[in-house]
Amino acid sequence: MNDITITNGLEVVYKRPKTLTDTPFHYCPGCGHSVVHRVLMEVVEELGIQEKTIGVAPVGCSVFAYNYMNIDMQEAAHGRASAAATGIKRVLPDRFVFSYQGDGDLAAIGTAETIHTVNRGENILMVFINNAIYGMTGGQMAPTSLSGQITSTSPYGRDTQKTGYPIKITELIAQLPGAFYVTRQSVHTAGAVRKLKKAFTAAFEYQKLNKGTSFVEVVSNCPAGWKMTPKESITWMEENMFPFYPLGDIKLPPKESPSKN
Amino acid sequence: MESKAIEKEARLMKGNEALAEAAIRAKIDAYFGYPITPQSEILEYFSREMPNRGGIVLQAESEVASINMIYGAAGAGARVMTSSSGPGISLMQEGLSYIASAQLPCLVVNVSRGGPGLGTIQPSQGDYLQATKGGGHGDYHVIVLAPASVQEMADFVFDAFRLAEKYRNPAMILTDGALGQMMEKVILPEEGSLPKKTPEWATTGKPKWRERNIITSLFIQPEEMEKINLALQKKYELLKQEVRYEEFQTSDAEVVLVAFGLSARICQKVVELGREKGIRIGLTRPITLYPFPEKIINRLAKKIDFFLVVEMNAGQMLEDVKLSVNGICPVHFKGRMGGMIPSPEEVLEEVEMLLEKHSISHDMEVK
Ligand SMILES: Cc1ncc(C[n+]2csc(CCOP(=O)(O)OP(=O)(O)O)c2C)c(N)n1
Repeated sequence: MNDITITNGLEVVYKRPKTLTDTPFHYCPGCGHSVVHRVLMEVVEELGIQEKTIGVAPVGCSVFAYNYMNIDMQEAAHGRASAAATGIKRVLPDRFVFSYQGDGDLAAIGTAETIHTVNRGENILMVFINNAIYGMTGGQMAPTSLSGQITSTSPYGRDTQKTGYPIKITELIAQLPGAFYVTRQSVHTAGAVRKLKKAFTAAFEYQKLNKGTSFVEVVSNCPAGWKMTPKESITWMEENMFPFYPLGDIKLPPKESPSKN
Repeated sequence: MESKAIEKEARLMKGNEALAEAAIRAKIDAYFGYPITPQSEILEYFSREMPNRGGIVLQAESEVASINMIYGAAGAGARVMTSSSGPGISLMQEGLSYIASAQLPCLVVNVSRGGPGLGTIQPSQGDYLQATKGGGHGDYHVIVLAPASVQEMADFVFDAFRLAEKYRNPAMILTDGALGQMMEKVILPEEGSLPKKTPEWATTGKPKWRERNIITSLFIQPEEMEKINLALQKKYELLKQEVRYEEFQTSDAEVVLVAFGLSARICQKVVELGREKGIRIGLTRPITLYPFPEKIINRLAKKIDFFLVVEMNAGQMLEDVKLSVNGICPVHFKGRMGGMIPSPEEVLEEVEMLLEKHSISHDMEVK
């Protein structure tokens, strides 16, 4: 579609990257998914790799990611995005490949694929949106739901004695030798968005090195699933999610390997 | 000269290895698989050969992972295959449904074993219905080829890819542990005889000159989903032109055996033994199990006394034969299950018993 050009002497300082289509996001107001989509696609545009990037969408709220990302994309079965991404990367090793998954997709049904993809050190970027809930199916308990968290399948609060503990899958996979770069970010403030952008940029740069998997978790919110206003959801995330899922780098590439080519 | 060249290529090989070698000659880009008896030789063969001859071999963490790697790689335009047996093929069904819906070509080999459950590693044909009726959720079909010799284990790899790529549909070679394990002489297909080009719909990275390519099986609007279904059904209708079968001594037959794969091998012997005894018996062997050769069976039904369907299961292809016959003549069944292989003698005994029954009822009708 045509870009809007403003003629009355004003300069365009912010616009839709060419790597995003002009389809309006279907996400609920305040949801982090759309921000992450945008940041990811800004990076693809800025690195000039639109022609060489292939993404894999999950089953979850971001199942339609391919409606927004203006790149070649596949939609994988629930939990299998990293397996599909493995298939793509193995036959097209010079392309940039990423998978994009929610916590149910990546850390429940797809746990085996997640661990083994990273354990093989597949040269892909795995984007992991942790909103501590199953958004798409209507707010059920996720493997990442916090202790005591109220969801539609833990209406009295998550009882860890009976339902298990919130899983820190990111720390878990950071233990694997195949993990090259592991970080946990968020998109709740402008500063956080800038940090995420840096993380995505680094992850794509690392992909050229062929040294292993980059894994970027984004701790995010789900106002609809959490039954909160967007603003309340941000506060709840800061007060409850961040203490349990602390932001920051979890595994950095060894110093001797150049971080930029 | 020419016969000498062929002589050189004739090898004594296990079915599984002939199939794997044929796949290398068919220039597959990648194989993803997980060990399971009686087909592990396929993964082992690729693991041995691919590093030197090109192509990717990856031992996945499960059959669920394998089939989804296939989805990704096939969606990226590569020629890819996987193989497994019973339990593993069951695990692949969700993925196969996605692949069929997204209309991706690939080859899945099922070297079947006796079930249900963990069952036995002995040969079986108990996966016929799973293979031919879709197997996973939704209205879809997989193209199914059933080899009956080591030679066909090799040849059908080429046929399967040809069909899969022509119709953008997953294809399956449905074979069994006996054909996978036994050794026979095989003349291997020639390398490079299967042309390959990256399809225009593949997700290879979006150049500026085209719209983005999307591989998906999600069509959330029912109107759109129905359209996709109609397109699939149209494709399956078209597929009927690819029906293949083999007939053996059916021209003057009063009794016709219907059997596929290993059972057909056994039934060929039954026909020979029966003919020695003066029984006018023949055999029809479906080679494509989907699409099923319904026409030839319907045609035969009009001129024979009865069919005897012989399978290594509880009577699965039997359903398709009955549908094709549509009540025109009786259809009987002889089956062994759980990894047991029927002997030619026991099948012939069944034929003789049925002949006797039929002649009695025939006599009664005449009187
Ligand atoms: C095999 C299978 N099981 C279950 C589902 C139903 N399902 C769809 S999305 C989903 C969970 C999504 O949650 P998450 O991965 O956390 O992503 P979110 O929607 O929160 O972004 C489930 C269980 C499915 N589509 N396929």
